[in-house]
Amino acid sequence: MNKLQIIVRGIVKENPTFVLLLGICPTLATTTSALNGMSMGLATMAVLILSNMTISAIARFIPDKVRIPSYIVVIATFVTLLQLLMQAYVPDIYATLGLFIPLIVVNCIILGRAEAFANKNGVVDSALDGVGIGLGFTLALTLLGAVRELLGGGSLFGWRIIPSDYNILAFVLAPGAFIVLAYLIVAFKKLTK
Amino acid sequence: MAAKSSFLNMALCLTLICLVCSALLGFVNTLTAEPIAKAQQQKTFNALSAVLPSFEDAKEEAVSLDGQDYRCYIATTDTLVSGYAVISKVTGFGGTLEVMVGFDAEGKVWSTSVLSHSETPGLGAKCTEPAFKDQFDHLDPAVKTLQVKKDGGDIDAITASTITSRAYTLAVANACKVAAGLRPVEAAEPVEEPVMEGGAENE
Repeated sequence: MNKLQIIVRGIVKENPTFVLLLGICPTLATTTSALNGMSMGLATMAVLILSNMTISAIARFIPDKVRIPSYIVVIATFVTLLQLLMQAYVPDIYATLGLFIPLIVVNCIILGRAEAFANKNGVVDSALDGVGIGLGFTLALTLLGAVRELLGGGSLFGWRIIPSDYNILAFVLAPGAFIVLAYLIVAFKKLTK
Repeated sequence: MAAKSSFLNMALCLTLICLVCSALLGFVNTLTAEPIAKAQQQKTFNALSAVLPSFEDAKEEAVSLDGQDYRCYIATTDTLVSGYAVISKVTGFGGTLEVMVGFDAEGKVWSTSVLSHSETPGLGAKCTEPAFKDQFDHLDPAVKTLQVKKDGGDIDAITASTITSRAYTLAVANACKVAAGLRPVEAAEPVEEPVMEGGAENE
């Protein structure tokens, strides 16, 4: 498989949100606006690339029976690093995503890629897989956040487009998240068939 | 493919990974401790500036009243007390509503601001907008009754969000009580406060 294919596959054929349906909890919870969705996607992507690279490098030395705890420790370390750095340098984004950053540790996309790809492939390929899956996740979350923000809040990335009298509040709330996600999955399936 | 598991190499491997990870975390923690503290200080200072008349320095103090803990700040200018700020937590419609209430040196409300809330967007969340919260600015708790109009007070509730409005008003009323206690004894006048206990906020 060539390098480009690895990236494209993560975005289209194995899109974590629309095809693999992984990491749905943070997906639904953080996509109240396009910016929140994008920040969450990028944070996850950063952790995914780093953890994929590290795990592919050390997988050979880890005894089979303790591989899951080892991966979790590696992932948790990267997440905590990210949390500390965000808290220090981008406190505003940290304030909105705060609760969901620690939850990246248990995001099944990251452990899933470690098990399904990183521990069987080289460091470069694993990094590219992280980029692909991370981009797929980021694009999906941004799209979901954009639709919800537009319908529910009448704006896009904070820019007002629809006057506030015509907003449909439900789309910012939990039910809207499920409805939009379902329609996006349908649309994605039709388009990629 | 992965190495064969034995008790020794499993223990060794996990110890090694944890050691490296904790060393890394410790290192980054020392690097970021200062910026994090600074960012939080800046945040507190910004929040204080929004609710208080201009000040130079603020001292933090913890106060306990009626079984509730409050974080308070006493702001000073040239060693003279220029205002008080009280962080008041109450239960709103969707969860905890955290309001910072600023007072001038005479004990009148200067301004209020919401630090955190989980009210419904578009309804209760309107308590962060000037239309609602500006009615607390420069309010004298000795003159006005801190209750929503429906309950016989002087505060206009947000349409369709009476519970949030009640909670916010209660937060300000509680803060007034705390602030009255913070002021030096000789300056404090008896302030009559409407007492709104648990029941109202849980409706």
